[in-house]
Amino acid sequence: MALRQCAIYGKGGIGKSTTTQNLVAGLAELGQKVMIVGCDPKADSTRLILHSKAQETIMHLAAEAGSVEDLELEDVLRMGYSDIKCVESGGPEPGVGCAGRGVITAINFLEEEGAYDEDLNFVFYDVLGDVVCGGFAMPIRENKAQEIYIVVSGEMMAMYAANNISKGIVKYAKSGGVRLAGLICNSRNTDRENELIEALAKKLGTHMIHFVPRDNAVQRAEIRRMTVIEYDPAHKQAEEYRELARKIVDNKNLVIPTPISMDELEDLLMEFGVLEEEDESIIGQTAAAAAAA
Amino acid sequence: MSQTVADIKPSYPLFRADDYREDLAKKRARVEECHDPERMEEVFRWTTTEEYQELNFQRQALTINPAKACQPLGAVLCALGFEKTLPYVHGSQGCVAYFRTYFNRHFKEPVACVSDSMTEDAAVFGGQKNLFEGLANAKALYKPEMIAVSTTCMAEVIGDDLNAFIGNAKKEGHIEPEFPIPFAHTPSFVGSHTTGWDNMFEGIQRYFTLNAMDDKEVGSNGKLNLVPGFETYLGNYRVMHRMLREMGVDYSLLCDPTEVLDTPADGEYRMYDGGTGMEEMKDAPNAIDTLFLQPWQSVKSRKFVKGTWRQPATEINIPMGLAWTDAFLMQVSALTGKPIPASLTKERGRLVDMMTDSHAWLHGKKFALYGDADFALGLTKFLLELGAEPTHVLVNHANKRYRKALEQLCAESPYGRNTQVHTGKDLWHFRSLMFTDKPDFMIGNSYGKFIQRDTLHKGKAHEVPLIRIGFPIFDRHHLHRMTTLGYEGAMYLLTTLVNAVLERLDEETREMGVTDYNYDLIR
Repeated sequence: MALRQCAIYGKGGIGKSTTTQNLVAGLAELGQKVMIVGCDPKADSTRLILHSKAQETIMHLAAEAGSVEDLELEDVLRMGYSDIKCVESGGPEPGVGCAGRGVITAINFLEEEGAYDEDLNFVFYDVLGDVVCGGFAMPIRENKAQEIYIVVSGEMMAMYAANNISKGIVKYAKSGGVRLAGLICNSRNTDRENELIEALAKKLGTHMIHFVPRDNAVQRAEIRRMTVIEYDPAHKQAEEYRELARKIVDNKNLVIPTPISMDELEDLLMEFGVLEEEDESIIGQTAAAAAAA
Repeated sequence: MSQTVADIKPSYPLFRADDYREDLAKKRARVEECHDPERMEEVFRWTTTEEYQELNFQRQALTINPAKACQPLGAVLCALGFEKTLPYVHGSQGCVAYFRTYFNRHFKEPVACVSDSMTEDAAVFGGQKNLFEGLANAKALYKPEMIAVSTTCMAEVIGDDLNAFIGNAKKEGHIEPEFPIPFAHTPSFVGSHTTGWDNMFEGIQRYFTLNAMDDKEVGSNGKLNLVPGFETYLGNYRVMHRMLREMGVDYSLLCDPTEVLDTPADGEYRMYDGGTGMEEMKDAPNAIDTLFLQPWQSVKSRKFVKGTWRQPATEINIPMGLAWTDAFLMQVSALTGKPIPASLTKERGRLVDMMTDSHAWLHGKKFALYGDADFALGLTKFLLELGAEPTHVLVNHANKRYRKALEQLCAESPYGRNTQVHTGKDLWHFRSLMFTDKPDFMIGNSYGKFIQRDTLHKGKAHEVPLIRIGFPIFDRHHLHRMTTLGYEGAMYLLTTLVNAVLERLDEETREMGVTDYNYDLIR
């Protein structure tokens, strides 16, 4: 089977890293050979697999060694739960340097060093929530990730981000093979969340690949720096991630997304009661003016 | 085919030998995959047409030969004008190699300038570490008394903060806190080399005076400050010294790289030589006023003089040609109360005499020119004074306000009625104009030589000869030592222009029995 490269995007704090690691654990259980590439200066994309606080990153090691050329694959690649390969690109402290460049450097390094070996079935890129510059689009640039999964919830900003990410995918889809592969709903227990994300997925031309319910088992496992599948394999939440993993293995629904306008998105949110109908008459009105009226 | 020791030939004429010509023709046919000569000629002809010019001027996404350089290049020249100062560029080292070679080729002098060689990890984590080590090493190795830091694009794109980095370097003991390190952010994707000069100069003003204004009083030292701007004619620094000395004016030339860019071959290498001293810079706010010799490119520095030094920064034009040199000297006289001495009046008289002597040859001659904003403005002014007609004036880095000022200047003279001003345009635009509206000559830097070649290729009657005035001049020697400002500078410009006209006339009338009836001994 050919190597499938997937990138996970989504609004910051939505649970991309947690979802990715649990899902990857599920894939590993199915006998798939998987590598996770963390593309976030925080470097928290592999800790549940490695049971570590934060893996030493490519950029950190490169800075210590003097240059990226002085690194070898063994220096940066760690094996974790169920032989999942783990790499973190790393990056600068907030406020200095260029994190996007770090992602580019790290992925180029992995390619040159042959990290993408033939045994691998899946590579997952776990990307920083805010795709603020070209560096964070690196995983979806030419010949890298072909499948993009967007983690989303029923909250407005999460859906707004999902729509924006779709716009980014369209840009690269025209010139390459990158496709939107589905929305993963990481539930926040908002009203009619399931239906809302289904509706959003439809508008974007894709599908909601799985609805992951909210469960405290995830947090309990996280405290132990473990995935649910490893921490409590019999738990029903573990089964949810297995289900997600199976769906991803079988997923053939790869599309160029059809992002919607801001107005369309607002209409959708109003339809589901996430957003109130706007009262045009109060725009720009101060509290004092409102009291007088 | 091989060279013989007794008769080693350079590429020309070597490659004109039969065996080389055969070989080159084979290479062309077999591997170059180029169109046949007829097709190439056809396209060449098309690029000389009005039709092509129209398309060319609609060009949006491409600049070809921009007639400007990048910010840190200007910052480096500015730094070179200060005593025992090492120009230091925070960023990638290739950029700095470019600045050095660019100046090497123009000044035919070594140019000391260092880089902190940011590489991949510095691009990701920021270049603070490079700056720490770079400052410490540069100081230990090259023993400057001041380091003037500017930046390349790489450092600017990732947003490196020089103020914080240099502060940290001092705090953490990489370099002594009292060691002077003025700095300027000089992103090349904004402005040009003249912007970079202005930024660096403002950085130096800021470093030495911003927090030391309490005891300063305008006029208390009785001096006049002159700021040259991005100036590559060494004679222009020297002529300023001379004129002000002759006037008996006490002055400071703030930035003067003449010594370090013109060192003698006496067996001693001078990494630093001459230059404006730090004390002079510290004392600058006490002057009567500060005059900017190239005001269009000194916006930020001039603002600093007005805002912080509280001096009037009296507005002048570049002192190029007759009237603007008059105006400059009168302004100096008005500010300092010193009369213009007889020696300068006499020099002026000589210039006027020269202008009348050559007038018959320059009157109505058409010149197209390109270059930096102030230079192009000054030269246009002088051409108008000579009765020559500037047809096209192209300044890539100039703004709308400049364009209006230049148009206004031309409108005031009968010789400027047909002058067209092009801002934001490049030398490929200029090339089109040289075909469609052929002047007698073009004036500019060495890059114009390829336009001359192209116009000649269309036919001798289309050739536009290049007169080399500007920066850079790589293919003629020692012109950088000349003077273009003041009466002296006007004499050089006039001499250059009129002799170009006469040379050309000789060239055209040299044909025996055909045109040589006008191949005169006396012109």
